Amino acid sequence: MDLNQSYFALFGLPETFAVDVARLERARLAVQSQVHPDRFASGSDRDKRLAMQWAAQANAAYLTLKNPVQRASYLCERRGVPIQAENNTAMPAEFLLQQMQWRETLDDLRQAADPAGLQALQAEVQTQRAERLEAIRQALDEQNAPEVAAEQVRALLFLDRFAEELRRTADALPQPAAR
Amino acid sequence: MALLQISEPGQSPDPHQHRRAVGIDLGTTHSLVAAVRNGSAQCLLDTQGQVLLPSVVHYHADGRAEVGLRAREEQAIDPANTLVSVKRFMGRSPGDLPQAALAHYRIAHDPRVVRFQTAAGEITPVQASADILRVLRWRAEDTLGGELVGAVITVPAYFDDAQRQATKDAAQLAGLHVLRLINEPTAAALAYGLDQGVEGLYVIYDLGGGTFDLSILRLTKGVFEVVATRGDTALGGDDFDQRIEALMRQQTGNPDLSTSLQRQWRMAARQAKESLSTTDAVQYTVPLPDGTHHTGALLRADFEQASADLVQRTLGMLHHALSDARVSASEVQGVVLVGGATRMPMIRQAVARAMGKAPLTNLDPDQVVALGAAIQANALAGNAGADDVLLLDVIPLSLGVETMGGLVEHILPRNSTIPQARAQDFTTFRDGQTAMAIHVVQGERELVSDCRSLARFELRGIPPMVAGAARIRVTFAVDADGLLEVSAQELTTGVQAQVQVKPSYGLDDAQIAQMLQDSVAHAADDRDARMLQEARVEAQALLAATRAAMQFDRDLLTAEEDAQIHADMAALAQAEQSGDIEQIRQATETLTRQTDAFAQRRMNRSIQRALAGQSVEQIAQLADTLPKTPS
Repeated sequence: MDLNQSYFALFGLPETFAVDVARLERARLAVQSQVHPDRFASGSDRDKRLAMQWAAQANAAYLTLKNPVQRASYLCERRGVPIQAENNTAMPAEFLLQQMQWRETLDDLRQAADPAGLQALQAEVQTQRAERLEAIRQALDEQNAPEVAAEQVRALLFLDRFAEELRRTADALPQPAAR
Repeated sequence: MALLQISEPGQSPDPHQHRRAVGIDLGTTHSLVAAVRNGSAQCLLDTQGQVLLPSVVHYHADGRAEVGLRAREEQAIDPANTLVSVKRFMGRSPGDLPQAALAHYRIAHDPRVVRFQTAAGEITPVQASADILRVLRWRAEDTLGGELVGAVITVPAYFDDAQRQATKDAAQLAGLHVLRLINEPTAAALAYGLDQGVEGLYVIYDLGGGTFDLSILRLTKGVFEVVATRGDTALGGDDFDQRIEALMRQQTGNPDLSTSLQRQWRMAARQAKESLSTTDAVQYTVPLPDGTHHTGALLRADFEQASADLVQRTLGMLHHALSDARVSASEVQGVVLVGGATRMPMIRQAVARAMGKAPLTNLDPDQVVALGAAIQANALAGNAGADDVLLLDVIPLSLGVETMGGLVEHILPRNSTIPQARAQDFTTFRDGQTAMAIHVVQGERELVSDCRSLARFELRGIPPMVAGAARIRVTFAVDADGLLEVSAQELTTGVQAQVQVKPSYGLDDAQIAQMLQDSVAHAADDRDARMLQEARVEAQALLAATRAAMQFDRDLLTAEEDAQIHADMAALAQAEQSGDIEQIRQATETLTRQTDAFAQRRMNRSIQRALAGQSVEQIAQLADTLPKTPS
């Protein structure tokens, strides 16, 4: 085995955005069953260190490949278009406008403590997320256009941050009383 | 002379030899140890036939540490020297704790670590926990007939890095090799064999003496994920005792009770509570201030009514945990009850009603966690038949660093399977910036002030560049015990500076010193810090061993020797605090030399004792060497 191989190669998966999740899960368990430190708990120090490195690599690979946004980022980077989210914040005006609208709506819903309204907004965000993921799949797996995919990834990073804020707001609303 | 055996890699030298490994539940109110014997997990008994060791340590002026029941009896008489519930203080600084928690004790002024000032000197929670663990280690070695290869120790799922590290430090101080730290709810699930069972969600409802923990675990293909945890560190069986006591007071016109009478009432209340788990009514007798006794009766129905709000509080948290996990009660596969207080029928009924299914109760709720830990310990020690279990645990809380404006950048999300390593790149904020402060935090919130601070360190020697040009890669590595190591590295130039941090609240100031290391430019400093650390660990181990020896075989010393050893122990303890490596080494040497003869005498005594008990020993060994599965 080689620690420098790609995450896809580590799990024996084709290097595409579309991933067979069941196959990923099986591969991850198969790899862990060989390299997990528990297998070497009474082994030599060197064995333990190696097990730790390998198991950590397998876990990092799993985390990256399981999450579609991270998987897309990883693929873009491997195809020569790093995401560089911190430097590259220029987004289409249309997208920014919608972000502002969503934030205003969220503020209103927060003021009104309106759980139904929050749910509707969450659904809207999820729908757009799914559309963008599909666009990424086409860009990476069909058109070989990593720069198109990278732009979608940057938008999704915004979107996921907003979705997280929505979730926190929903959690902060008063819980229904326990029976 | 026997020939040396060389075994195949990955195989134990002798397949018939059972490697002694134990599981330890280091609890807030009591602790216990279990092991897999003849194929099944069992809790080990002390010489009095007790399983539960009260987690109480009483320190004597001569340095002795008394652990367990007798220590607990001292609690009312000598509270300042009797440490109870030290688990609450593990990995915590005084500032983290409510004032009330520390009220009974004298606390040294140290903003980083809680230090109890006792008759036996300053004692940290790590040392007190080590004293408890040592008693369990001895119990296990006596019962299993030899040295242990290691132990699995359980910690609450919500324990952060500092608390886990402190637990591990305590084990090391107690002379235990830690095979693994595992989460208590995971251990409970293992005890019930849920890892072999149906995939799905499991609720672990743990009501102990003084704490309530609720965890929701998801089992998928041998992976236990902690999906949600809720809890109350001030709710437990003791609160139910108080409700009984209040009923007794109602029936007797609420008399003024002295401390001693209060204790007797508390005992009577606890006994009544335990009886009411099996009968509908109980008679009790309590002493009154005027010297007479009152005999009264309590009905289970009255007790249940008086405690309904306590049960309701646990159900509220159950509801919250389900909501955190975004699941409904009907999606839950099974419910496991942990903790002695779950023996109360009202708890079992309430949980069954709330979850729509009867909870699993066929294992002793006090023992479940230790039994699960023993099963995992047996597997990790490499004993035959145990290697088909693979348990993948997760980090309970997200880990990240502070960025501009007091915000948290999460690098490792919660529920990432461990071990785990992840890197993220950062850059400089000012032109010509040559150092970067890295602040490691743990928690889900976005503001640093809402998260727990784990460690701070500085990366120095960054070549001067314009702001934003440097590339600082910060790597988080969490090992299989859930312990974190953070390193930082400058990537743009050939020069690579690197620092490593291992935050610990366990072994005094040494870790704090270690948090400020630069390796490339200060390689010598780095080495010195490590050597100092090693010298300190050695000093602490020697002090602990001497203290233990004094506890058991002090009668082997003359008065002069006794006084000299005490003086040398004090000198070593002081040197250990000084941070002067030469001083520590010299004091270590002096105490070692001074105790050489003592050690010889102790060895002699133990050989004599072993010879006296040989016939018993031989039978036990014979039983151990018999093949487990006759072919």
